[in-house]
Amino acid sequence: MSTASKKLSQLKKGDKCIVDSYKDESMQQKMLDMGCLPGEIITIDRFAPLGCPIAISVAGTMLCIRKDEAENILVKQVD
Amino acid sequence: MQESKKKIKVALIGNPNVGKSSLFNLLTGLHQKIANFPGVTVEKKTGSATIFNSTTGEANHLEILDLPGTYSLYPTSPDERIPFEVLCDPKNEDHPNVVVILADGTNLKRSLFLASQVIDLKIPTVLALNMMDLVQSQGIKIKPDELERRLGIRVCPIIARKGVGIEELKQALINDIPVPITDVYDTTLIKPSILGGIRKELQLKSNYAALQIANHINTLEQFNLSTEQIKKLKQFFEGVEYDGNKIQSFESLERYKAIQQIIDSCVNVADQKKVSFSTRIDRLLVHRVWGYVIFLCILFIIFQSIFSIAEFPMNFIDETFTGFIDLVSNLLPKGVLNDLIVNGVLAGIGGIIIFVPQIAMLFMFIAILEDTGYMARVSFLMDKLMRNFGLNGRSVIPLMSGVACAVPAIMSTRTISSWKERMVTILVTPLMSCSARLPVYTLLISLIIPSTYVGVFNLQGMVLMSLYLIGFIAALVASVVISGLIKTKQKSYFIMEIPVYRMPRWSNIGYSILEKVKIFLIDAGKIIIAISIVLWFLSSRGPGDKYEKVNQQIEQMTDNAENTEKKLLLESQRLEYSYAGQLGHLLEPVIKPLGFDWKIGIALVTSFAAREVFVGTMTTIYSVGNDENLTVKEKMRIEKDVVTGQPRYTVAVGWSLMLFYAFAMQCMSTLAVVKRETGSWKWPIIQFVYLSALAYFTSLIVYQLLK
Repeated sequence: MSTASKKLSQLKKGDKCIVDSYKDESMQQKMLDMGCLPGEIITIDRFAPLGCPIAISVAGTMLCIRKDEAENILVKQVD
Repeated sequence: MQESKKKIKVALIGNPNVGKSSLFNLLTGLHQKIANFPGVTVEKKTGSATIFNSTTGEANHLEILDLPGTYSLYPTSPDERIPFEVLCDPKNEDHPNVVVILADGTNLKRSLFLASQVIDLKIPTVLALNMMDLVQSQGIKIKPDELERRLGIRVCPIIARKGVGIEELKQALINDIPVPITDVYDTTLIKPSILGGIRKELQLKSNYAALQIANHINTLEQFNLSTEQIKKLKQFFEGVEYDGNKIQSFESLERYKAIQQIIDSCVNVADQKKVSFSTRIDRLLVHRVWGYVIFLCILFIIFQSIFSIAEFPMNFIDETFTGFIDLVSNLLPKGVLNDLIVNGVLAGIGGIIIFVPQIAMLFMFIAILEDTGYMARVSFLMDKLMRNFGLNGRSVIPLMSGVACAVPAIMSTRTISSWKERMVTILVTPLMSCSARLPVYTLLISLIIPSTYVGVFNLQGMVLMSLYLIGFIAALVASVVISGLIKTKQKSYFIMEIPVYRMPRWSNIGYSILEKVKIFLIDAGKIIIAISIVLWFLSSRGPGDKYEKVNQQIEQMTDNAENTEKKLLLESQRLEYSYAGQLGHLLEPVIKPLGFDWKIGIALVTSFAAREVFVGTMTTIYSVGNDENLTVKEKMRIEKDVVTGQPRYTVAVGWSLMLFYAFAMQCMSTLAVVKRETGSWKWPIIQFVYLSALAYFTSLIVYQLLK
């Protein structure tokens, strides 16, 4: 397990990670509202054919998020 | 049964995709009203229900408000601001007596986040625990009694799709619902000097309401507070450090901790991780190749249906209505009133209901796509592509539907959540060549383009296709320009839930179609009838007595074969002498550089009602002539320019006119619908001006280059 923080946008399809923190405060609130808390596990389900947006599974639901939004989510990758 | 005096105001709140519309339809049936919330273009759905107490038989009247779907009371979009304002401002005109929170039993944690916020506002609350069938099939065990005890509110397990548990929920609503006593998360320790001050000043029922107001202290315009009160509230912040964002996220995290404890005590989740049905479908439906192929096929089916299948009911309506108009015209005594009713009002109504089949059909498809969960996948597939033009993944359906008709297309932009992207889509949709332009295009093409073949392709067909293509490209270019011009303070997020696939709920789809047809008939209909009466006046009255003289001559004529030719001639003269005709003459100097004369000027004025009226008007104007066997097209073709002696309809004039119709906002129904959808005349006026300017200058350049 690597401990360095990555941006969610840097991960690849099938990768799993743990939410660490958010770089943008209002973005953080939006994600908290949807149940995506620090400590939750995110799975990258797929990228849209043009590389954006990204479909992720977190807290029992599938979310669709743009790449520039995913840059604000700092995560720790897990195997 | 007893007469009752009670009227309970109920507000329905819940996350998106939890079945809120199903529950709303179940509770209110057809007693629904749709309007906008004051000051914003967010749809406000209200309905009424009468519930009889199962023991006393007493009738209770409920007024139910369907609040826009939201994940929390911290708003990030105009839609989400509504639940926040309605629930946190006790003086809001929609502030309810009772709140029904609809929760998703399969995702209780997130549902309880919103629920706990409402509970902490101390408004009497009932939790409707939905999707109990899925809860069971997924092996989740929920103890409703324990949940009731921990939350301190009534919990009703339901299955909204199947109508299970609704009666119990209804009975719960009419019994006295206590104000929740304990906070799910106690906020009294947070900045007590500020929150306590606000709470006391406004006499709020809860500390949480004070916290909500404190966090939005600079955006309280919609609250029923005087400027003095707001000033007073702001004084509490003096000398105290207060970071609203930090408090908000701290409070949210603590709230989740409290919720987790509740969930641990009443929910058992079975750990099963099979590849779900949805994931398997998604492998195909959002595939990099097949995803687009399937989406194109679906678009094609929608497009074909609103284009060709809708034609049958439209023709039927047209014929029936024409028959009805004839009947009314013969029944009523001749005169101004008859003329006004038949050619003004009834013609206007006819022009409105003709749209109903297309609107119903488009919204049937859209409702199915939304309800099954496919629409979210369309956004996912198309977002990047459309964003290059300042549009949204969901702009594809309105734009494509615009090829059939801009009216239902613009109504369908409601699915676009970002305000700016929605406005851009509305503004450019009329550039897509709609079916009303087809008669204009075909007439002009057959006039100026020879029916020859280039290889296997018919030249006329190629020109027609190029006109559609020009409209599409213009729409994309306009989007880029407009999205650069519209400024918005509001930061919008694309983040949205991709729901699992489900079977469509046919009754919901029925309600959705009814709702859209009603909105169009009532809201847009009023404006269309008004404009239609103005146009009637312009073309059936004239300045001076010239118009009246010709009109009298026509009315005194008897209908017989010999008279036909003369009558047509007089009718064309009558149109020239009318206000519309005079306007045509007045317009001539302005439109001359485009290659248009006063005759086209008249057609431009009258076809504001609908573009295809151009053909009808040209028919009337060109009834002049001796050879009655010639069609309008032939008469237009043989007409000579008085100055040059060349044919009047040259290639230059033809293209200039076609491009004018491709771009100009020649459609009152579209303007009426834009007014309805944007809530003010500002946007339809902007749209009218920019499209007219675009049409004028394109035609000017093209005519001057080609002539």
